[in-house]
Amino acid sequence: MKRFALAGNPNCGKTTLFNALTGSTAHVGNWPGVTVDKKTGTYKKCPEPVEIVDLPGIYSLSPYTPEEVIARNYILDEKPDCIINIVDATNLERNLYLTTQVMEIDVPVVIALNMMDEVEKLGNTIDEKLLEERLNVPVVKTSALKESGLDDLMKRAYAASTKPREGTSVLESSALSHLIGDVKIALKGQGVANPLFHAVKLVENDSIETEMHKETLPMIEEFKATFEDDVFGDDFEALVADARYKYISKYFAPVMTKKQEKFSMTKSDKIDRVLTHKVWGIPIFLVILFLVFHLTFSEDLLYLGAAGVFDKPVVAYSTVTGEEIAEEDFTSGAIYLDEDGNEVEAVFYGDEFVELAPVPYAYDKEGNKITAFYDAEGNELTVLADDEGELLDLYDAEGNKYETFYNADGYECTLALNEEGEFEDVEFVSEIDAFCSEITVNTFFGYEESVYSPGVILFNALDTFTGLLSACMSEAMASAPAWASGLVVDGILGGLFSVLSFLPQILLLFLFFSLLEDSGYMARVAFILDRIFRRFGLSGRAFMPMIMGFGCSIPAMTNTRTLADDKERTATIRVIPFFSCSAKLPILTAIAGGIVQFFGVGNADLITYAMYLLGIVVAILAVILMRSTTMKGEVPPFIMELPTYHLPQFKALMIHLFDKAKHFIKKAFTIILASTIVIWFISHFSWNWHYLEDSEMNLSILAGLGGLLQPIFTPLGFGSQLGEYGWVFVVAAVTGLIAKENVIATFGTLAACITAGFAANEALGGVDSVVQMITATGITVPALIAFIAFNMTTIPCFAAVATAKAELPNKKSFKMTLLFWVATSYIVASMIYLIGSWWWTAFIFAAVIAVVIAFIVLYNKRDAKGKAKAA
Amino acid sequence: MERTLDSFEISDVGIVKKVGGEGQIKRRLFDMGITPGAEIKMRKRAPLGDPIEITVRGYELTLRKAEAACVTMEVKG
Repeated sequence: MKRFALAGNPNCGKTTLFNALTGSTAHVGNWPGVTVDKKTGTYKKCPEPVEIVDLPGIYSLSPYTPEEVIARNYILDEKPDCIINIVDATNLERNLYLTTQVMEIDVPVVIALNMMDEVEKLGNTIDEKLLEERLNVPVVKTSALKESGLDDLMKRAYAASTKPREGTSVLESSALSHLIGDVKIALKGQGVANPLFHAVKLVENDSIETEMHKETLPMIEEFKATFEDDVFGDDFEALVADARYKYISKYFAPVMTKKQEKFSMTKSDKIDRVLTHKVWGIPIFLVILFLVFHLTFSEDLLYLGAAGVFDKPVVAYSTVTGEEIAEEDFTSGAIYLDEDGNEVEAVFYGDEFVELAPVPYAYDKEGNKITAFYDAEGNELTVLADDEGELLDLYDAEGNKYETFYNADGYECTLALNEEGEFEDVEFVSEIDAFCSEITVNTFFGYEESVYSPGVILFNALDTFTGLLSACMSEAMASAPAWASGLVVDGILGGLFSVLSFLPQILLLFLFFSLLEDSGYMARVAFILDRIFRRFGLSGRAFMPMIMGFGCSIPAMTNTRTLADDKERTATIRVIPFFSCSAKLPILTAIAGGIVQFFGVGNADLITYAMYLLGIVVAILAVILMRSTTMKGEVPPFIMELPTYHLPQFKALMIHLFDKAKHFIKKAFTIILASTIVIWFISHFSWNWHYLEDSEMNLSILAGLGGLLQPIFTPLGFGSQLGEYGWVFVVAAVTGLIAKENVIATFGTLAACITAGFAANEALGGVDSVVQMITATGITVPALIAFIAFNMTTIPCFAAVATAKAELPNKKSFKMTLLFWVATSYIVASMIYLIGSWWWTAFIFAAVIAVVIAFIVLYNKRDAKGKAKAA
Repeated sequence: MERTLDSFEISDVGIVKKVGGEGQIKRRLFDMGITPGAEIKMRKRAPLGDPIEITVRGYELTLRKAEAACVTMEVKG
């Protein structure tokens, strides 16, 4: 099979072309450096199938970053049958600079003048016949996006690949031609392949070449000594680059006829003027970032609810006189009649009126409606339900649960009665529904009326659907043995659904980031933020892999190849997991939701947003620490192309999104499914392989293993202090190492069992399972936050660890990286828990941090002095 | 009049005279088309004053002031 390589500048449309040729769905973006590894696919319309290799974008064949080395080595060592050099026709001069180098290799070359649609839109024309004549290789006009000219391109490439081609150089017409010719003859004599290419690179003093041809160097130096240039002296690198560009300006650039004037304002410029504005640039970036998260997670879109847009005047009537009572005259806990004549209770949060909640009611044996519930001693019981009023329970002041209650006259009632006072043999939860229909009981703080964000709407829709599915399943398996229905409903469905319900939000977040990336805005963000990043010892380029980390750490880590400096790369790879990836999203939202629902504090999307920020802050601090200790080095240069803005391609976006969904679902049904089943098994069997009822789970293998590790997590707030069910948190964190989705999946599997009897045989959504865990363990808010922080900053999933190992420059730094993750997560989480629980511990931490900083600063000073002395 | 690129004001135009700087930086500047004779227009500064954005050979390039200081320019009037 023939092999054609696609080579060209970054962001010239190689990957779009690759996808169009091979029908593949590789990720395309609008910033330089999206493709960092080579990819292969097959083109089938030639006389024989052709393997197409998509190489990372490069500006030159003098390798500057690891991705450029990949491309160069492929072209030189793997000897493709033809190189299709893709040239961005809107940016001819710089793109042809690479072409002049590719042409020096002894390989057939075909030029694809890509993005011709853009050129024509601007009213410009290119004389491709003239360019073909001057370059002496086939030139084909294409538009990868519009899929035009592709068949012609492949036909010409196929024809070209059948006959060998000898390298030619534009330098042959420059002053350097004799020097290069001499070196070429010498190399040819040694039997070196591609003598012209190597000769030019040797003359340029290319570092890889001088390593490779050590023995030839003295001779070349001799040749060079005879050469003198008035402008550049003996700076051969400058001489060669200059000669190439001079030739391009003289012979190649004129093939383009421009309608437009140079430096005039294009649409792209106008957009740019706003988005990178001196004053508004950074605020706009922050607003965009906030909007992305807000649209995905907010339960109160644009804060319309909080702003009171949906507030209606509250009307209530006295139960005695029937007179209308104004809102400001309500008293907490008082009973009024609403407009329909139903009894409602005024619910207050502190001194503030929240809502008029329907008064929970049931019927006693005589069919009398009762609204107050008492225990045998006559103490009033509290009624609890969730937002939707789906669950109902009776608790006394100590939190004990009651299944029977007494009415005001001390008459015993059971919930298993319907309106007619007949006994109904139905499941506990549904009994309540049958009796106390339309009960929505006050949750602790009561949500005001609001509009959900698209993300939350999708989330709720899927959550309702999966809830229905598992309810059906549990019905269907009612006659099956307990362990079988437990395995299916709690183990498999519980685990799967608690993860799958987050898919809409993950995809939405992904969509927003793809939009920003495709439009070209991400590159501008690097431009805006470079100054800040430099403070931390990184370049603005490091921003790209980091922001990709919000999607998934794996491509993000691979993308660090665009960074030239090894130490910068290592530091960046280490902090990428702190940019909370989409798989960690369920941890954030579920626990944040749980905190809001159970403790009634805060706001779920604000907690989520704050946790994302925490990740970023930890990443920044860690980078500063590394760059001033183990990863010291010069701030790497920042010289980057800013691509033209363009509208994102709908098709490519959808393909990309579909891919992501496929990947996520595949993961859910393979690794996550497998781990939830394993977890269910080891949590329902004891060490001697006895099946355990849900209530006996504390005797399980899992409980035993988790219990062993539990003390380690005590300073983090989710260790021994949580009592008998505390091991669930430990186990969840450990299973997160397999895949981060597992953390909440583990809750989903175990919580349903732990709180058996209450919601038995119903798979719980993520938030509900967290609420169950809070109820079961009595974990505090600081400990929950610490738990999120721990999972966010600790060792990422297996796949990301493997990627880090492959991308890090050496083994030692890999081991140090693992240690770094463990240490960071432990320190961050324990700080959050300790300071959150006992504020004065902040002083101890401050003191320790001050000592560490002082030590580092002093050490660096002494080190610098020592170095200065040595020099 | 000769000046380094980092001292350019917004919308100044000039011709590259000389490119200095250390190995890698100089190499990168060449590869991106900043060679003697190239025309450069200063477009804007980032919100925090650094890096800068220029137009060279028909496209937008961003680089830091430190790197721009390696480029000596002949200012066009």
